[in-house]
Amino acid sequence: MISARAPFLRTQLLRIAVPLAVGVGVLIAWEGLVRFYQVPTFLLPAPTAIWQAFAANADNLMLSLWVTLRITLAAFALAVAGGVGLAVLFSQNRLTEMALFPYAVVLQVTPVVAIAPLILIWVGLDHAERALLILAWIVAFFPMLSNTTLGLRSADHNLRDLYKLYGASRWQTLTELQLPSALPYILAGMKISGGLALIGAVVAEFVAGSGTSTGLAWRIIESANRLQIAKMFAALFLLSGLGIAIFFALTLLEHLTLRRWHESAVKREI
Amino acid sequence: MPSLLTLAPSLLTLARVGKTYDDGTPALAGIDAEIARSSFVSLVGPSGCGKSTLLRIAAGLTRASEGEVRWQNGARPANLGFVFQDATLMPWARVFDNVWLPLKLQGIARKAAEPRIMAALSRVGLAERADAFPRELSGGMRMRVSIARALVTDPPILLMDEPFAALDEFTREKLDDDLLTLWRDHGLTILFVTHSVYESVYLSQRVLVMGTKPGRIIEEVAIEAAYPRTAFRESASFHAACRAVSSALRKGVPA
Ligand SMILES: Nc1ncnc2c1ncn2[C@@H]1O[C@H](COP(=O)(O)OP(=O)(O)OP(=O)(O)O)[C@@H](O)[C@H]1O
Ligand SMILES: [Mg+2]
Repeated sequence: MISARAPFLRTQLLRIAVPLAVGVGVLIAWEGLVRFYQVPTFLLPAPTAIWQAFAANADNLMLSLWVTLRITLAAFALAVAGGVGLAVLFSQNRLTEMALFPYAVVLQVTPVVAIAPLILIWVGLDHAERALLILAWIVAFFPMLSNTTLGLRSADHNLRDLYKLYGASRWQTLTELQLPSALPYILAGMKISGGLALIGAVVAEFVAGSGTSTGLAWRIIESANRLQIAKMFAALFLLSGLGIAIFFALTLLEHLTLRRWHESAVKREI
Repeated sequence: MPSLLTLAPSLLTLARVGKTYDDGTPALAGIDAEIARSSFVSLVGPSGCGKSTLLRIAAGLTRASEGEVRWQNGARPANLGFVFQDATLMPWARVFDNVWLPLKLQGIARKAAEPRIMAALSRVGLAERADAFPRELSGGMRMRVSIARALVTDPPILLMDEPFAALDEFTREKLDDDLLTLWRDHGLTILFVTHSVYESVYLSQRVLVMGTKPGRIIEEVAIEAAYPRTAFRESASFHAACRAVSSALRKGVPA
């Protein structure tokens, strides 16, 4: 086991170092080209200009980052709880599944942009953050529901028979067979849903607009209107950074949870 | 010819058992069989003749459409052992916890179950691997874990559905011998489904040969050789028995 760790760490390191090197290379080329061709800042600011804009507006931008992060995480947590909870309910009762699943699909296929104004009016314009939360949740919810539903069904049929043979209760079958079988599906759903929660939060804020909220999306609109393109880029980078951080955190969670037993996570020795 | 074995009380009786699946597939018709306590009975037949269906009906996992399944003590023993063709282990659980499963479902705590779990693992020679995850084991070892799990409840009968079919010849022979030892040491009753004529003759006292369309028992071949059968396997009578089973098999497949 110890000896297997060294090459593992090396590949992980490469996995981070190589894209990082590419990123740095692109930044340098970007800087060089912008300077060489003297591209105006309002078209394409150089990385150094973006950094300056960030430093100048750090307080304001970090506050917006915090707002967006808060909405994203809350929407994500509610999506996970709601999706897994509803999927469990569906697995226990076919009738509820038949009754409700179509509506979950309706919720999924309706563009969030189209229902945003309605939600805003319903929760009240002075509670914009609550509306953003609901909208982000709608976007993030469905992958959790559908993945968990699939996962709960994917328990090995022979194992199901075995549980039946030994007189397992429904609760035992659910907690000891179906949920563990669904775990890889749930984690895959979380990876999708985590990204979607962020997208949902941003899109919702774009639609809500008008300064009632102060997340990163609003900073982008605001900077664009004032032609502060460098600041806009700074907000954009923060947004991507947040997305990447969420993705990495969930990938790590998946790895730590599944590495001992699931095919997708187990490192094969060659 | 009546042997002592047929006089032993029958643990499991199948009477005129038939099965037609919901989609109309006629899987079994008119199956009569008696499985005596402490006997080793094999079921051979071509693919799709209903061997698995019969075993599942015996285990109570599938309902028979006709006939009945009778157990000596009235009801199906709750601690009956079932071994599938695949090891069918929970990949997220260690070997120890996989074997614990039947006891856990009966409400026996991990600590209290430990002696029985370790005993079952020792019986299949895997006590040292209790902490391993299934995927860290070879196919043969996984199969042993599966058998240990079936044995942990001290079952009166073991129903095995082509348990070693996926293994290589060498491993299979080894596990066959281990199974015979377990059977003889613990007075088990075993109903064993296999594709292999050789395996059925080597292992069992009675071979029930099945035919298709619909699945039925067309012949019964008694194998009278004493155990252990290592010498028997090389003998002319072994080959004669294999030929008898094979020709019965050919009769069961409509041309
Ligand atoms: N759940 C099911 N629904 C419908 N038909 C089924 C079902 N299970 C089995 N059958 C059919 O019943 C027949 C017997 O199947 P079974 O699995 O018992 O055969 P088998 O003898 O075990 O075959 P094999 O040796 O390939 O395992 C087959 O024709 C099969 O297609
Ligand atoms: Mg079968």
